[in-house]
Amino acid sequence: MGLPNASGDLSTEVEVDAFRRLFPLRFFEKHLLESIRPDARPLGRARDTTIALGAVASANGSALAKIGSTTMLAAIKMEVMAPSMETPDEGCIAIDFHMPPICSPIVRPGRPAEAAPVVAKQLSDTILSSGMINLKELSLVSGKAAWMAYLDIYCLDADGALFDAALLAAVAAFSHLEIPVVSLNDDGKIVLSEEQGLSEREPVNKEKRKVNLGSIPFSLTCILHKNYILTDPTAEEESIMETSVTVVLDSSSQLVSLYKPGGAVLAYTSAIQDCIALTRQRVKELQKILEEAISGMEVD
Amino acid sequence: MEVDREDGRSQNQLRPLACSRSILHRAHGSASWSQGDTKVLAAVYGPRAGTKKNENPEKACIEVIWKPKTGQIGKLEKEYEMILKRTLQSICILTVNPNTTTSVMIQVVNDDGALLPSAINAACMALVDAGIPMRHLAVAICCCVARSGLVILDPTKLEEQKMKAFAYLVFPNLVHSVLPEGSPSVQGEPIENGIITSVTHGTMSVDDYFYCLERGRAASTKLSDFLRRNLQQQPTNSSKAG
Repeated sequence: MGLPNASGDLSTEVEVDAFRRLFPLRFFEKHLLESIRPDARPLGRARDTTIALGAVASANGSALAKIGSTTMLAAIKMEVMAPSMETPDEGCIAIDFHMPPICSPIVRPGRPAEAAPVVAKQLSDTILSSGMINLKELSLVSGKAAWMAYLDIYCLDADGALFDAALLAAVAAFSHLEIPVVSLNDDGKIVLSEEQGLSEREPVNKEKRKVNLGSIPFSLTCILHKNYILTDPTAEEESIMETSVTVVLDSSSQLVSLYKPGGAVLAYTSAIQDCIALTRQRVKELQKILEEAISGMEVD
Repeated sequence: MEVDREDGRSQNQLRPLACSRSILHRAHGSASWSQGDTKVLAAVYGPRAGTKKNENPEKACIEVIWKPKTGQIGKLEKEYEMILKRTLQSICILTVNPNTTTSVMIQVVNDDGALLPSAINAACMALVDAGIPMRHLAVAICCCVARSGLVILDPTKLEEQKMKAFAYLVFPNLVHSVLPEGSPSVQGEPIENGIITSVTHGTMSVDDYFYCLERGRAASTKLSDFLRRNLQQQPTNSSKAG
């Protein structure tokens, strides 16, 4: 059976679709022999990625990231809280990842997705250990008040590479984040200042400021199948070829995470080096896309 | 450059290992694994008929339940369950008993560093004890990278928290490595060099990671020897299977 062609008549198309459902692995392997995938991407290319900042107007920082069809919406809300006794000079970040039933047919209200808590934990480990945010910047009054940033990421469409898209959305939301102006009122409590000029009280922080981001982590998920390495898999590819490797590199090429949770294919040193090289390229692409999105916002 | 470790071990020294099998009478297979003060108990029930809704009925399915020592089950436990499930699925022969579920229960008795590797080792021994058909064994080890770039093996919990980064690595343990002819190689590397699972925490350089892989491989041979000797000493009671 040859490769699917658009000009084929209906009977050929029905056969190809049936073949795709009945023998998915053989369908993919026929494509891999020609070094291409069913959506006409070469093996090493990721899907089209877009970032839109400020998607949620009521949040302090937000972003919508799309990698192919996988869509993630990230929003950050800031709240003032008392810092803990062990770290009086540090704020806190709480990261949560949700997969509502809208994202995929396998997620139903009574049956939460198995991937959700795993991706949530991976995200919080990656963001906190990459050193992107210096928690001391989130401090207001040492020992009394500090910022708590609630980062919520909603998956709107789950089509493979969930962690990549979620991390990208989180990073974009942090780069869009503006810490609101607050001031100390008579009771010694921190309140949000509504209008800057009319406030008689001395603001604790002068103006809405952006958070200084340290080295930003970017990730790439690859699938290993026999001798092939497929980057940025779709959900169909992930379900057929189960061995995936996620490499997270930060902008100074330090390895933040290399995550390979089991899988039938063993990863040898050469495969790992290839994955890391592919991730380096992807980091450059993503940095460019993020910078364009940020400069686009500033023009407005 | 020597690193002073609190318990006086050298850089590449593992903690004392202890393993016993068939300790639970009702379970089809069970094992307890301890590395120093970290102790994990694993129990295997199965294969039982039927698979869960989202699973492929043409293959056997492995289900992992992780019980922490204290506290409620949270995201950490779910992540460990997922990693353990995928690691065990890659070492078991899933086509032998299709449409069945094998349950692996992990109970953490004490956590003093290298918890996930101990759990993987315990689960592997419990699967052998239950007689589940496996392609090869899995050997798990934890490597820590200090700020100076030095790699130490099998850290305690304090060491894990102090260090810059650590990595949990799982290597396959094949019978070929014991045979005199040597092992078959893939792309010029022996099969034992491939990693089944890798979970890292903390930021390290790419070279540090490859150095961890080397040290981990070297240590996995010591662990494999211990596993094989242990399995040969205690023959499994076959009347408990099924």
